[in-house]
Formats: sequence, C-alpha cells, structure tokens
Amino acid sequence: MLPGDTVPISTRREFLRRAAIATALVSPAAFTGCHVLGAAGKNKLDFGDDFGLLNLMLVLETTEVRFYERVISAPPRDLRPGEFEILRDIKANERQHLRFLKRALGPLRVKVPASNFSSVDFTSRRSVLETARNFEDNGVATLNGAGRRVKLPEFLTIAGKLVSVEGRHAASLRDMLNPGSRDFAGDDVVDENGLDRAITPDESLRRSSKFLVNPPRIVGI
Amino acid sequence: MTPKRLLEADPELEQQLLTRREAIGRGARTSSSVAAGLAMGSVPVALAAVAKDAFAQGGLPGVIVDVLNFALTLEYLEAEFYNRGLAAPGLIRQEWRAQVDQIRKHEDAHVAFLRRTLGSRAVNKPTFDYTAGDGSGNGPFRDVFTNERTFFAVAQAFEDTGVRAYKGQAAYLMDNRDILVAALQIHSVEARHAAQIRRLRNQKAWIVGDSRGDLPPNTQAIYDGDDNRFHFILAQPASGISMTHSFDEPLTKGQILRIVAPFIVGGAP
Repeated sequence: MLPGDTVPISTRREFLRRAAIATALVSPAAFTGCHVLGAAGKNKLDFGDDFGLLNLMLVLETTEVRFYERVISAPPRDLRPGEFEILRDIKANERQHLRFLKRALGPLRVKVPASNFSSVDFTSRRSVLETARNFEDNGVATLNGAGRRVKLPEFLTIAGKLVSVEGRHAASLRDMLNPGSRDFAGDDVVDENGLDRAITPDESLRRSSKFLVNPPRIVGI
Repeated sequence: MTPKRLLEADPELEQQLLTRREAIGRGARTSSSVAAGLAMGSVPVALAAVAKDAFAQGGLPGVIVDVLNFALTLEYLEAEFYNRGLAAPGLIRQEWRAQVDQIRKHEDAHVAFLRRTLGSRAVNKPTFDYTAGDGSGNGPFRDVFTNERTFFAVAQAFEDTGVRAYKGQAAYLMDNRDILVAALQIHSVEARHAAQIRRLRNQKAWIVGDSRGDLPPNTQAIYDGDDNRFHFILAQPASGISMTHSFDEPLTKGQILRIVAPFIVGGAP
C-alpha cells in the first residue's frame, strides 16, 4: 500500500489557514476576499478546500430533506406498520444534519439548486423507499470517498458522525424493501473485503443529478 | 487567537458554543473544541513527524499499525463471535440466520483484510470470553451461546461499539489515505450491521440520546456521550429528541478497550 496524501499540518501556513477557517466560521466579514470564500456562489463546488465537501453535503442533504418532507406530508398509502415512524425519524435526522451544515458554512454556503422529483412516484411505497435507499447509499459512499481529500481532522470527525447515521438509514430502508434478507448490507454495496462503497464527488453528483435542476459543477480537484 | 477573543468578536456565538468544560463533561472530544482547533500542533504534528519518518524507512508508520491492530482485535472479537453463534445448535432462529451469516462474512473479511494490510506486524488473535467474565467463562452473559436473546444483545453491544471505535480512530489514519478510506468503508459496514441487529431486537436502528435501550447496565459505557450536541465548534441547538439520534459519536481507544476488556482473556492489549 502506498502512502497517500500527507497533510502538511506542521507548517506555519497550514496553522494560519486553519485559524483563518475557524475564524471565518465565526466572523466571516473579517475575511471577505479570502480564498475560502471562493466556495460560495456561481453554481460550482470548489474542492480546493474542505468547504467543497461541506457544500456537496449541503446540496445532498437539502435535496433529501425536501424529499422526506414531501413523503411525510403525504405518505404512500401502502406503507406498512411502523414505516411512517422510521421515515419521520430519518427526516428528522437529515434536518439536523442540514442545520449543522448551514451553520458551519454560514455565508460560504452555495445556493442549492431546485429539486426535481419527477422520477419519484410519491404514492408508491416501493418508489419512495427505493429513492430513499439510493439517497442514503449515495450519502454513505460520498462521505467514505471524501476521506481521500478532507483536510481538517475536525471535518473528518464530523463526516464520521454523519456517515454512520446514513449507514443506519440505508440498512433500515434496504431491510424494509427486502425484509429478512442479506440486503441491509448486500453484496451490491459491500465488496469481498467487507468494504462499503466510496465514490468521488463527481460520481456522487452524477448519481444525484436527476434530482437537481441545473446541478452545480465540481472544480478544484 | 484564543477562544476568549473569538467570543468577544461575536457575543452571539457564546450562545452557540458550549463551554469547553461542558463539552468535556458531556464526553465530547476536546480536540473538537475551538481551543484545540486553534492550538493545533502538538499531537498531530508529532504524529505527522512519526509517520513521515516511518514512510522514509518504508512500511507502515507505527501509529497506523497500532490503529489497525486495535481494529483487528475488535474484528477478531466479532468474527469469532458470529462463527460460534452460527455453529451453536438451535441458537439462532432459521429466518435470521442468513442475516447473521452476512455479518459473519463481513467480519471474517475484515479480519483477512486487516491481516493482509498489516502483514507480519498483525497481532495474534486473543482468547475470548464471550460471557464478559474476564476469562472465567462465567460472566454476566454466561448464556450467550445458548440463549438467543443474550446472543443478540451482545451482538448489538459489539456492533455499536465497533462503530464508535472506528470513528474515534479515523483522524489518526490521515497520513495514509488508502488506509483511511478503507477504514471508513469498514466503519459504515459496521453501522449497517448495528442497524440490522438493533432492528431484529425491535430497537430503533439509531441510538437515541445515550440510551442503551433494553441492554443491561454493564453496557452503558458503549452509549455514554452519544447524546453529545457539540460538533466541531458549533453546538446543535436543542430541539427535541431528533437531535439526539442524528449524530453518532466517537470513543477513544482507551474507552473502547475498557468496554471490551472483560471479553478478552488476560485483559485488553
């Protein structure tokens, strides 16, 4: 196995960059014009720093929340007992994730594109659960893959706090779709080494693009 | 810049930030506090230095070897547990066996993957006491391989522990991104397992607050601090129960080893 990217945390420049990021989170006005603001606006996600990842998560989580809110406001009639409560819990979790991301990004957050759910039949349990499963599997794979480029250990920890909750969602939805089977951690998502999927930001966006009107572009990789 | 100065710069922030003391009291990792974030240097710098030195000599750095061997010990614990459970006649009801076997397959694969990655530096498998009896074979879970309820209670304990264990170690693997991503890929598989075991036991798939649910009190350390609402430098505002099952929290290596020690004959490594 080859050594991967190393994080130059020992340099003075890196220390200052971290201080700048921490300060930008709490006092953005002080850093207007600073490169970290490059992540905002213009319908692109700049992966030159960790805000690209946070903004990608913002786009995904916002889309999920809109989806789950629509499901909960008018649930499919063929949901089975207990399933509404599970979907309501998942919606609540995603709203909390979104709330965190919005606050963490502050003015650095991108404008999230409008959602397009024309591929979803909201009256069908199967269509709703399959869409939800795809969202959650995609979220897991996106955050796993983000481990390759996240720079701050703090954001790695945050990603870890989110991703296992997404994994719990994904397993639950998969089990609801095929109860009693191996699908909760099926061979379609877990490989022969027992590893879940990990995808690039581009792949993540590609998988979500049908739900996004005018999806953003990824730059800085 | 000190945390105090930051607060002065934006008094409103004081509402959002928990104090460092409160964060520690709630079991948050102090490294996620503003203070640690800005005082970055000491430990990570030391780790990076060790890592680069070892890379120069070839082979995995000691820090990464230690993390992977810690993970391997937990995977040994889980893999043998499921293998023995599936081999115990009449223990697991027929309609659950495929699911348990899927988990068993992954734990075996994790052991093989970690051993292959570590090569000659892999630790050997300890002898386990699944009754949590410190080697006496007569601990609180003494009917673990004869009583299905006990078996699945211990399974939940192991899976929820595994999720928190990997989460706590990720930051130490940042110098080798191949290994870091693989560890994250194992981490989310453990989360899937945890969810499924919890569902089989009629528990929510996610941990609510720091509740151990119907598990016995001797498992509480697995759930302590999972009600943390202090993330990075932001405190998630209180808003009912939902916030408490939206984030899974890490545990340190020391905390995990204390949890699993009763299951390891001769104590934790």
